[in-house]
Amino acid sequence: MGLEVSTPWQQVLDKIRTWARVNSPWAIHFNSGSCNGCDIEILATLTPRYDVERFGIKLQGSPRHADVLICTGPVSLQAKDRLLRIYWQMPEPKFVIAVGSCGLSGGVFHGCYNIVHGIDEVLPVDVFVPGCPPRPEGIIYGVAVLLEALKSGKRPERTMTVELPAGFEMPQAEVRQ
Amino acid sequence: MTLEKHGENRFVVPIGPQHPALKEPGHFEFVVDGEIVTGASVRLGYVHRGIEKGAEDRTWTQNLYLMERICGICSHIHATAFVQGVEKLAGVEAPPRARAIREIFAELERIHSHMLWLGVAAHEGGFDALFMYSWRDREVVMDMLEMLSGNRVHYSANLIGGVKYDLTPDMMDKIREGLNYLEERLAHYLDVVNNDETFIGRTRGIGTMTREQAQLLGAVGPTARASNFAYDVRVDAPYAAYAEFPVEMVVAQEGDLHARFVVRILETMESIRVLRRIFENMPESELVTRVPRRIPAGETISRVEAPRGELFYFIASGGGEKPERVKVRTPSLCNWGTVITLAVGHKLADMPMILAGIDPCFSCNDRLVMVKRNRQDPQVWTWADLRNYGIEYYR
Repeated sequence: MGLEVSTPWQQVLDKIRTWARVNSPWAIHFNSGSCNGCDIEILATLTPRYDVERFGIKLQGSPRHADVLICTGPVSLQAKDRLLRIYWQMPEPKFVIAVGSCGLSGGVFHGCYNIVHGIDEVLPVDVFVPGCPPRPEGIIYGVAVLLEALKSGKRPERTMTVELPAGFEMPQAEVRQ
Repeated sequence: MTLEKHGENRFVVPIGPQHPALKEPGHFEFVVDGEIVTGASVRLGYVHRGIEKGAEDRTWTQNLYLMERICGICSHIHATAFVQGVEKLAGVEAPPRARAIREIFAELERIHSHMLWLGVAAHEGGFDALFMYSWRDREVVMDMLEMLSGNRVHYSANLIGGVKYDLTPDMMDKIREGLNYLEERLAHYLDVVNNDETFIGRTRGIGTMTREQAQLLGAVGPTARASNFAYDVRVDAPYAAYAEFPVEMVVAQEGDLHARFVVRILETMESIRVLRRIFENMPESELVTRVPRRIPAGETISRVEAPRGELFYFIASGGGEKPERVKVRTPSLCNWGTVITLAVGHKLADMPMILAGIDPCFSCNDRLVMVKRNRQDPQVWTWADLRNYGIEYYR
């Protein structure tokens, strides 16, 4: 988890962190220009038939409390800056799940003028869930794959750097002497 | 729809584009004086993808699937509106059975959409139990749609000149069974909406819109019908099989949030009734007629009643394999004006309910880009201005 010195104490702490994270990941959902189809399926995973809260997965309102960003849509140019800003507000370590065909490649909207063609053009994505829209079972499987990767510590290295768009500077905390 | 210059002592509450109460991106600004809202504005466009332009690059058949993905909640009705326009241009008519199947899909979709809305609106009011119950029961409709088409959200039932899927008597029996269960549950929800005291406290007398206001602001669909504005495309200009299997229009007098709940629930029950009538007298015919590959040149309009109101399509063909222009006017866009007007004078705490009351669908709206620049009056753009702006921008 990015710690440079690995003392036994820190190893124990890491294990506890991973345990907590795997057992109760808090997710935030953002629609970056999708048709709503994926979003109602994500919402359907929270409702009684699928009910992911029994696995500890909770949809959280604020990005500052979230571990996982569940993102849908082909990323319209106007939503792109907002998506980046939400990603930046999330605390490390953070994970991204791209849901739906248009989140993967632009899908049916391929060639439209106002989209970026895929979430992985903007953010480093950990899990892709294909389908137009994917079934709730598919979305749950996507989360399970991510959790499995976390548990075994086999998360791929992030190669992409994300830069905050201009005009969205984060407020710096003042240090009082 | 931007704010007038407000005084410096006012406080502006921004909501969105990412907000716990919003499932889709949209940005709202409410000017508040204490707890009372004195002004409201909405900024859309986060879901603008360029579909209308994209439609010009795709063939007529490919466009069917693109139009369906304008909105994931009312996907079938978008495709129906498009297909009807194209059929009108080509001078063909879908066979009777195909038209009946279109109506079946449309009414099933209305049931699923209204139940979805009932849950989301109750959730915005803090009534999460109703949200969970109505979404649980909504899965019954989703199962029916999945049985018919194999997909839960984008059914792709339409073809130009007909439909893809047929209904067997076996399927009809299964659907009938599900409808019986749903009718029972809807009666229960109507009881909750009418008699639950906390619920009435949040809805009765909130966001009241008179008939004149509804007409003036251009409200459509259940939002307008809850204000005693009797207008329903299914009744006034029947399409598909609505002439053979008519629906009754549901109208309420009060015009407040409560009336909108009642109208939508009663409409869902009416959908169930009409579905039963279709199953009793299902017309027999083939499913598709032959349609020429090239659609003759011409212009046409097509309108249908989506779950949220009147959906309007303008289609122009140049005689080729692709449309020359497709213009979509969606019901949510028509209803935004009512939110902005009704919000004034209410408490900030009522805003989520008033917003949800029109059943907003952002992904439907955003096919329009508002160009803003440092001008004296940035909202008014003449065509010549816009053209000049475009030329200057790309120079």
